[in-house]
Amino acid sequence: MAQLTSAQRITGLRATPSLLERIDLPRRVVFVAAASMVAIVALLLAFIAWQGIQLFVKDGVSVGTIFSATWNPLADGGPQFGILPFIAGTIAVTAGALVISTPLSVGLALFLSEVAPSWAKAIVQPALEIFVGIPSVVWGWLGITVLVPFLADTFGGSIVISLPIVGRVFSMPGFLTGFSWLAGSLVLSIMVLPTITSVSYDAFRAVPQELRTGSLALGTTRWQTIRHILIPAALTGVLTAVVLGMTRAAGEALAVQMVIGNSPTLPASITQPVTTLTSQITLDMGNTVFGEPWQDALWTMSLVLLLISVTSVVLVRMINKRRMGS
Amino acid sequence: MLLNGTRRFGALAVAAALVVTACSSGASPSPTTLPPTSTPAAGTPSVVTSASATASAAPSVTCVTGSITAVGSTALQPLIQDAATAYQGHCSGATITVSGGGSGTGLSQVAQGSVQIGASDVLAASKLPSANASKLVDHVVARQGWIVVTNKGVTGVTNLTTAQNVAIWTGKTTNWKDVGGPDLPIVLIFRPQSSGTRATFKALVLGGATEATGGQTLTEDSNGAVTTAVTKTNGSVSVIGFSYYNDPNNKPLLNGLQLDGVDATIANVGGGTYKLAADGNLYTNGEATGLTKAFLDFMKGPEVQGTIIPKDSYGPIAQ
Repeated sequence: MAQLTSAQRITGLRATPSLLERIDLPRRVVFVAAASMVAIVALLLAFIAWQGIQLFVKDGVSVGTIFSATWNPLADGGPQFGILPFIAGTIAVTAGALVISTPLSVGLALFLSEVAPSWAKAIVQPALEIFVGIPSVVWGWLGITVLVPFLADTFGGSIVISLPIVGRVFSMPGFLTGFSWLAGSLVLSIMVLPTITSVSYDAFRAVPQELRTGSLALGTTRWQTIRHILIPAALTGVLTAVVLGMTRAAGEALAVQMVIGNSPTLPASITQPVTTLTSQITLDMGNTVFGEPWQDALWTMSLVLLLISVTSVVLVRMINKRRMGS
Repeated sequence: MLLNGTRRFGALAVAAALVVTACSSGASPSPTTLPPTSTPAAGTPSVVTSASATASAAPSVTCVTGSITAVGSTALQPLIQDAATAYQGHCSGATITVSGGGSGTGLSQVAQGSVQIGASDVLAASKLPSANASKLVDHVVARQGWIVVTNKGVTGVTNLTTAQNVAIWTGKTTNWKDVGGPDLPIVLIFRPQSSGTRATFKALVLGGATEATGGQTLTEDSNGAVTTAVTKTNGSVSVIGFSYYNDPNNKPLLNGLQLDGVDATIANVGGGTYKLAADGNLYTNGEATGLTKAFLDFMKGPEVQGTIIPKDSYGPIAQ
């Protein structure tokens, strides 16, 4: 009898639902969870947007001046809140990390998805999971202890590439200190590697098996299949992976701050110190007081970071829409 | 960070020792009633002596129960922490929570009324809008000094004059050989512009001159991060608080320089001959009352001024 009742309940055959069923607690709980998540995001967006515009509304700084290269809140003629060095630094360090990390990650994803025997997968996948779990402070600590002195000691002089007959083809000043754009990009490239790898791996796995077998049946090599079938088929997924990696890199603060030197000037060379939005916010937030123009400028920088992250979410959705459409 | 850990363990050890004495002083009346012939009492007279020694050392402590929080300047944090530990050792019903966050955090939190004490290296009027600053009451509890330090590789430089410092920090002098050192580029390691340490150095030594920016400059977050960066970077120079320089873990890794030929010592800070020194300010929102007042009086009293301040490398206030 009891079994019959539960079967009726599942198929909805019973005419009058019980009180418990009419309240439907589980559905309400998940609805509240979803609604509160949306509410928190909406409140966060509203709060940061409100704080971010105070610099212009309350402190009377004109919007144009923040896109100057001079950051000097203590300037004699009044504060100068040019946040261009931070925006440029964030873009530079992030781009450097993606240039280093993308080929490695996509290669690793292809290896795991197409090439690796099961025993190799059994080693590489847990290794990647450990990578994800390592806190950013550990990467920064390693960076400042190992990477920074290594860069300064190894590439301290001018970096010159010469070819026979042609002579010097490339030269640049070396590292005065190891604290640099390159150090930041290297540390970040390791941190975004698991993100890009796992999302691209899923993209490669999502390519239908028929495409692989069909291609191989036509007599192509494995490399030709990867190059002409798999990569085009999974391209939108790989792009999504890179954008997600970019978001992660642009938002990272601690590890980057420890190795980039935080010099508030426009990025000039990969051997020179730079600064980023996140790093300057953490440097100044404890030393400024709520409501002063200086801290309002930090909120504006947070707003810029938020816009970067919103833009990348929109980008990911556009990429996925194209994939669905095609 | 390792260094901070050591410091915290030290503070814990002090706290543990004080808890032990407090317990034994509370138990002291009973041993006197015990007959001297009983065997377990053989060990107790020493406990009574140490308890009475503690009691005689702290006649000026007014105990008020309750709990308060002090936040702000990391340069003052070691002192406030040690004083809080000592006060809680004397007065079991008092809880004093101490944390850092920076001078700006200390000032804004105390102005908002979120905490009872805000610690700052700089005067409130220089940070807060005047309406908020005028509500705050300043309690000067110590003199603090800063020292110019260099990487160990900068040999032969033991003193920089004010003029040399200005030339170095504004980017006019860029090689150590120009000030008697090796042929090595100078790397400037700053604290952020918002930092109290940087503001004090700029005002007292640089005379307000604009510091250099660009490829030869780094910016680090805290005294600890600066110490790490100076030890790792050839030709680097920076400014740190005495309490961090005199930490036995840091001192062997750094060269501490004289300023205008004056040694960076607490005695010279107190005597006024060493000019890179300023008051450590603890702010309250309105006049201090209750536990806050008792704790601030304790900080100005003989135990903190005479014992804890020299131990932590601060200078006492003029009595």
